[in-house]
Amino acid sequence: MSRLLSVENLSKQFTLGSGLWGKERRLDALTEINLEVEAGETLAIVGESGCGKTTLGRCIIAAQPVTEGRVVYHPKAGQSVELTALSKREIKPWRQDIRMIFQDPMSSLNPNMRVFDIVAEPLRIHKICKRRELEERVISTLEKVGIPAEAVGRFPHAFSGGQRQRIGIARALVLDPKLVIADEAVSALDVSIQAQVLNLLEDLKAEFGLTYIFISHDLGVVNYIADRVVVMYLGHVVENAPTEMLFERPRHPYTELLLEALPIADPTRRKPRKSEVRGEIPYLGNRPTGCPFHTRCRYAQEICRSDKPALRSINGTAQQAACHFAETLDLKGAYEDAGHSAREMAHAQ
Amino acid sequence: MPQTPMAAKPILSITDMSIVFTSPDEAPIEAVRQVDLTLTPGKTLALVGESGCGKSVTARAVLRLLDSNAQIQRGSISFAPPDEAPVDIARLKQDSLPLRAIRGNQISMIFQEPMSSLSPVHTIGDQIDEMMLLHEGLKPKAARERSVALLDQVGVPGARERADAYPFQLSGGLRQRAMIAMALACKPQILIADEPTTALDVTTQAQILDLLRQLQADFGMAMLFITHDLGVVAEIADEVAVMYLGDVVEQGSVFDVFAAPKHPYTQALMRSIPKLARKAERERLSPIKGTVPAPKDRPDGCAFTSRCPHAFEPCPSVRPARTEVGNGHHARCHLLTPVPVEEPA
Ligand SMILES: Nc1ncnc2c1ncn2[C@@H]1O[C@H](COP(=O)(O)OP(=O)(O)OP(=O)(O)O)[C@@H](O)[C@H]1O
Ligand SMILES: Nc1ncnc2c1ncn2[C@@H]1O[C@H](COP(=O)(O)OP(=O)(O)O)[C@@H](O)[C@H]1O
Ligand code: SF4
Ligand code: SF4
Ligand SMILES: [Mg+2]
Ligand SMILES: [Mg+2]
Repeated sequence: MSRLLSVENLSKQFTLGSGLWGKERRLDALTEINLEVEAGETLAIVGESGCGKTTLGRCIIAAQPVTEGRVVYHPKAGQSVELTALSKREIKPWRQDIRMIFQDPMSSLNPNMRVFDIVAEPLRIHKICKRRELEERVISTLEKVGIPAEAVGRFPHAFSGGQRQRIGIARALVLDPKLVIADEAVSALDVSIQAQVLNLLEDLKAEFGLTYIFISHDLGVVNYIADRVVVMYLGHVVENAPTEMLFERPRHPYTELLLEALPIADPTRRKPRKSEVRGEIPYLGNRPTGCPFHTRCRYAQEICRSDKPALRSINGTAQQAACHFAETLDLKGAYEDAGHSAREMAHAQ
Repeated sequence: MPQTPMAAKPILSITDMSIVFTSPDEAPIEAVRQVDLTLTPGKTLALVGESGCGKSVTARAVLRLLDSNAQIQRGSISFAPPDEAPVDIARLKQDSLPLRAIRGNQISMIFQEPMSSLSPVHTIGDQIDEMMLLHEGLKPKAARERSVALLDQVGVPGARERADAYPFQLSGGLRQRAMIAMALACKPQILIADEPTTALDVTTQAQILDLLRQLQADFGMAMLFITHDLGVVAEIADEVAVMYLGDVVEQGSVFDVFAAPKHPYTQALMRSIPKLARKAERERLSPIKGTVPAPKDRPDGCAFTSRCPHAFEPCPSVRPARTEVGNGHHARCHLLTPVPVEEPA
């Protein structure tokens, strides 16, 4: 596999209106994010709401300026384009390669445009094709996502949530992108429709050789669709690992907390009382010092309050975590018989 | 209503309920067509189904909180608290005294969006006090003592100070807890929870589910828990009822229904969620084909006909009967009804 995108030391600050004494307040939405996306993989980004997932996606597609760091795109082996260094005009051609599907299909589709024009718009903006060719391309893309040609004259409100999400996908795919960032693309959908869209995303990936960044808060879906998972907490990457390794044995206590909280659709696997799942995500403006997770971490020690742990490979494996004790903690996985948790279940029933 | 083989007597039985919405320029819509449900003290019944299938309408009917264009056209909602004569809530007059005595007092409700039941201009303490002043005739001081105790019980840290907070000063999780405290103010016998965790993060959701389980053990109330998430059902429910397009198509113990779903819709629903398994055991999802039709396009017979892989001749026109398929486990599907001895010509 070759590298398609690198995010290097990326930080993003938002400036909030002036505070009490006319002082500007800053909010660190992303702090020194490093990650790599391999061509052909599905990389999931997970974490609680407000942890910075959407902001990261928007920084990658250059919809938002970054405060520090770089986003580098590798269109082919040996070629590197530093997206964060380009002007609006220079970046335009690369915008075709990296597309985003948004969280809320209703607000991301212009309600006053017909479906045909919604999907044609990117082709027109990028002046890719006209008339017959444009029409053919739009219709065939819509058909690929399961919207019949006779429906292209309708407005978004005349479609169901699942169909609107398909239209959003068609709009992203019509430019023949290499990388698609799907931000909670199935979260608002009913399970039966969610399954249809997940299968569609998989088929399209196989057909067009796509790479996905799949932003989600649903770890069940992530386990199903992702090759690798990046876990974010308060704007930091706290773990980055191949999906199965992460679900088998997480190396960061926050990942363990997320896995523990995940409801499993099997009453025989009902978990023992999760009194340990406690604490709330602190407000980003009051980020704790030291390890960002120490206010909620059940394994926190003195050092966690003062020193920030670095993200590093654990025992030379492909699993990276940012916890002082990542190498030694025996954390619970999510699979039915994943070490630790199986033992506990035996006691619980 | 067939007797459910459970130890405790049902406290609420909904039988063959139908709810119709009328509007001046459209044909009437039967949003809820056939609902049979029973709630038992100390037990949680999860009502699960896709968006628009009628879960919230069913729940609101129990408290008669439906919009004015809605009508309970058929069926009964029998509320039978221990030591009291049963009342058919469906027959009570809107805003009548007996209805107001039940609402918020014996039966209360929590919602997905806490701000739909909390007032933004009053402190949460005042709002909880108010419930007790209204229904229990407590003195203000005593009411506040109980409010603080309740807030503490639902896990609001610093309850005494937080009682003076306005809802906007609380995080989503705390607001949800404040709403739960308010719903529990009068020790209801039934708590109806309409997607109370859908808008929350998984970690907060886990806390709220825990809390509800704990409170149920403490208060012994019956709970109707509405959700579209089968994972949440498996976590919280004793019993589950599956709804599709206005019909309850299957109801039974959560263990039976998950282990061996009998209705084709329940089966299909279970197959469309990803299993939490390793890559080697990974199976491609098999989604239900098509989408839920609008209520006006629902066939007279089984509502699932247009999407059912097993649909056969009687399905579109004949409504399947409620069939017992196991101990306290019922489903409505022609595949499950005993074949008549003599085939009609
Ligand atoms: N005031 C109303 N007038 C007309 N139709 C209504 C009204 N309220 C609800 N409905 C219809 O009744 C049906 C059931 O709605 P309900 O709100 O119970 O769905 P639900 O199962 O709770 O869905 P969700 O999971 O999206 O909350 C839908 O078809 C809805 O459009
Ligand atoms: N334009 C903006 N101005 C100020 N703060 C913002 C803006 N966009 C996002 N944020 C803040 O940045 C943080 C991360 O947000 P977001 O990336 O949307 O989170 P997620 O997608 O993980 O839920 C949040 O605290 C959010 O409120
Ligand atoms: S560094 Fe300390 S506080 Fe942070 S996750 Fe590890 S043990 Fe917990
Ligand atoms: S009654 Fe017919 S259409 Fe309905 S679920 Fe059974 S087989 Fe399918
Ligand atoms: Mg987001
Ligand atoms: Mg609802």
